[in-house]
Amino acid sequence: MSSSVSFDPRVLKTPQPVPGAPDNWKRFFSFNTDAKVIGIQYIATALFYLLVGGVLAMIMRGELITPAADLVDPSVYNGLYTMHGTVMLFLFLFPILNGFNNLLIPPMIGAPDMAFPRLNAAAFWLFPVFGVILMASFLVPGGPSGSGWWAYPPQSIQNPLGHFINGQFLWILAVALSGISSIMGAINFVTTIIRMRAPGMGWFRLPIFCWTAMAAQTIQLVGLPVLTAGAVLLLFDLSFGTSFYRPEGGGDPMLYQHFFWFYSHPAVYVMVLPVFGIFSELFPVYARKPLFGYKVVAIASFGITVLSLIVWVHHMFYSGTPQWMRNLFMVTTMLIAVPTGIKVFAWIATLWRGKLRLTTAMLFCLGGLVNFIFAGITGVMLATVPVDIHVGNTYFVVGHFHTVIFSTITFGIYAGIYHWFPKFTGRMTYEGLGKLHFGLTFVGAQLNFIPMHWAGLMGMPRRVASYDPEFAFANVLASLGAFLLGVAMIPFILNIVSSWARGPKAPPNPWQAIGLEWLLPSPPPAENFEDDVPTVISGPYGYGLGKPLVENEAHYVARALEA
Amino acid sequence: MTLSSPLPADDPAAASGSQQGHANHTLTGFVIFLLSESVIFLALFAGYIVFKMSSPVWLPAGVEGLEIRDPLLNTVVLVSSSGVAWLAERCLKRQKLVSFRLWWLLTMAMGSFFVYGQAVEWLHLGFGLGDGIFGSTFYVLTGFHGLHVITGILLMGLMLQRSFRPGNYDKGETGVVAVSLFWHFVDVIWIVLFVLIYVWQRS
Repeated sequence: MSSSVSFDPRVLKTPQPVPGAPDNWKRFFSFNTDAKVIGIQYIATALFYLLVGGVLAMIMRGELITPAADLVDPSVYNGLYTMHGTVMLFLFLFPILNGFNNLLIPPMIGAPDMAFPRLNAAAFWLFPVFGVILMASFLVPGGPSGSGWWAYPPQSIQNPLGHFINGQFLWILAVALSGISSIMGAINFVTTIIRMRAPGMGWFRLPIFCWTAMAAQTIQLVGLPVLTAGAVLLLFDLSFGTSFYRPEGGGDPMLYQHFFWFYSHPAVYVMVLPVFGIFSELFPVYARKPLFGYKVVAIASFGITVLSLIVWVHHMFYSGTPQWMRNLFMVTTMLIAVPTGIKVFAWIATLWRGKLRLTTAMLFCLGGLVNFIFAGITGVMLATVPVDIHVGNTYFVVGHFHTVIFSTITFGIYAGIYHWFPKFTGRMTYEGLGKLHFGLTFVGAQLNFIPMHWAGLMGMPRRVASYDPEFAFANVLASLGAFLLGVAMIPFILNIVSSWARGPKAPPNPWQAIGLEWLLPSPPPAENFEDDVPTVISGPYGYGLGKPLVENEAHYVARALEA
Repeated sequence: MTLSSPLPADDPAAASGSQQGHANHTLTGFVIFLLSESVIFLALFAGYIVFKMSSPVWLPAGVEGLEIRDPLLNTVVLVSSSGVAWLAERCLKRQKLVSFRLWWLLTMAMGSFFVYGQAVEWLHLGFGLGDGIFGSTFYVLTGFHGLHVITGILLMGLMLQRSFRPGNYDKGETGVVAVSLFWHFVDVIWIVLFVLIYVWQRS
C-alpha cells in the first residue's frame, strides 16, 4: 500500500454513499462483490418491479370495476394476470428476500461477507437480465404469455403465430434463469451459515432469521431443480416438437402439474419463512422480551421445510387426482398448520405483557401477524378436499393467497425495511410518513382482499375479464382497495428516498436491539467486524435478562459509536 | 441434508468460521450444488418411469428397441474412467504432478470416447426427437447427461491447464477434488440412465 493514498482504502469499499468517496453511487451499478452492495441492489431493483407489478394489478382492477370487459381486451387481460403473478413472485419477492439475506446474514453471524462473493454478484446480475427478458415479452408479436403463472400445458405449448421467440418462450427462459440465479444464491447462503459463524455461535445461538433463511434456501435447493426440469421439458414441447405433455404423442400434461407444484407450493414457504424470521427478530425488540420458545421456533422452521415438500397435490384436487392421493395430501397439508401454529403462538406469547413500542416496523409486524392468522384459517379451509373442490379456481383462492403473499409477506418485508434501514444506510426514516404508509396499506389490503373471499364463496371464477353483475359490489370494493394500495406507495417512496438523502443520522443501535449486527456502526464497514470478530457467549433475544451477548461487549459498543 | 452434522452449541472452535480456510467453503458449496443438481435428474428419472409405465404408445412405429452392445462398451469406459480419475487425484495428493497429468488426460480421453460413442449412436438411430414420448425422453435424457459429460471434460481441461502454473497445487487441490466429485456424479447418473433406458426395455 502506498502511503500517498490520502483516504482510508476502506472508504472505497463502504457500501453506502459516503460523502467524498469517489464512487459513492456508481458501486450500485457495477459488478460489486460486497454483500451489502448486492443486498441493496437486489432490494432497489425488486422495489422497481413491485411498482411494475402493482401497475399491472391496478389495470386489472380497473378492468374488473365493471362487470363487462370494457377497459382491456380479454386476451390482453390474460397477459396482464400472467405477468402480474410472474413479476410479483420472480422479480419482486424472491429477489427482495435475497436482498435481505445478503444484508443480514453476514453481519448477524459475524462473517465478513458471503462464502462466495463473486458467485453472489453473478447471481444478482442475472436478475436484471431475466427481468428484461420477461419485460421484452410485451414487445414480441402476440404479446406476453397468457397461460397464467402456472403455465399449464396444453395452453402453454400452443404457438398459434408460429414465431420461435414468443411470449411463452421468453417466460420460460426468464423463469429458468431466475431458477439458476436462485440456486446460486441458495448455495451461497447455506454455505455461509454452515461455515462462517462467529466463534461461540452454535446452532442454538443463531438468530431465527438465519434459521428461517437456511430452511427456505434448503427448499430452493430441493425444489427448484424440479421446476427447472419441468420448465425445460415445457420449452422442448413448445419449441422443438417433443411430446412430454402432449397426450397425442404419448405424453401427459398432468406430469407438468406435478413438477410445477412440487416446487411452486414450497416456493410460498421460501417467501414466508424469511418473513417468519423477520417477525421473530422484531417482536422481541419492540416488546422488550425474549422470544418465547426460541428452540422450538427454530426447529419448526425445518418442520415446515420437510412438510412443504409433501403437500403439492393439494393444488390438483380438482385435476382428476385419485381419491387416495387427495386424502393423503389433505392430511399433510393440514399438518403444516402445526409448525406454523407453534410460531404464531410463540409470537403472541412474546407480545404478552410486553412493553410494546408501536414504531412503523412494529405496526407492520402486528398487521402482518393478524393477516397471517386470517390467511392461515382460510388455508386450512382450502386444504379440505370438499371445500377446495367447491371454491378451487374461484376468487376465494385469489383472496387467500393475496392475504398470504401481500398482507403477510409484503407486510413483513416493509417491517424489515423500516427496522434495518438505519443500520444499512446510516439514516433514520421518518416515522410520520411510515405510519401513514402503514395505515393506507393496512386499510387498502383489507378492502382489496377480503371482498375477494366473499365473491369467491358466491362462485366468481378467477382469471376472467368479465363477470356476472351480482359480483359487482365485491369487485368495486376490491378495486378501490387496490387503488388505495397504489396511493400507499407514495409516502413509502417519499420516505425511503428523502430519508436516505437527508434523513437524521442513525446511531449504531437505534432500537436498543440485541444482535451482532447492532454491535456494528451504521452503516457497517465493508468487512463487518474484519479481524476483530466477537465471541458469542449467550443466545439471542436476551431482552431484560441482563446477560451480555458477546465477550467484551463494551469494547464493540464503543467502537461502533466511534466510527 | 444441510443439518446432517449440527455443531455442538457451546464449542467455539467447532462453530467458528474465521479459522477455516476458503477451500473448505468451496467443497461444501460444491457438494450442496451436486445434491441440488441430482434433484433435476431425479425429477427426470421419475418422469421417465411414469411415462414408461403408463404411456399407451411407447415405441414409435417401425422402431424395435435400442441396440445395447455399443452403449454397454461406452458404459464400461465411462464408469472405469471414474477409477482413473481417482488415481489421478491420488497422484496429485502425493505431489506426483506428471503422473497426475497422465491419468487425468486418460480420464478426459475416456470421457471423450463416451461422447463420441454417443454421437455415433444418435446419428444411426431410426427415430428423432419429435417421434412421440419415446424419442422425446431418449434424446432429452441422454442429451442432458451428455451435456454434463462435456462440462466435466472442459472442467478437467481447466484443471490440467492450472497444473502447469508453478506451485498452483502446493496448498491443496480443491478444484481437482471438486471436478473429480462431479465426474463420479456424472458416472452414477449414467449407470441409472443406462439401466432405465437400455436394460429396462421390456415393459
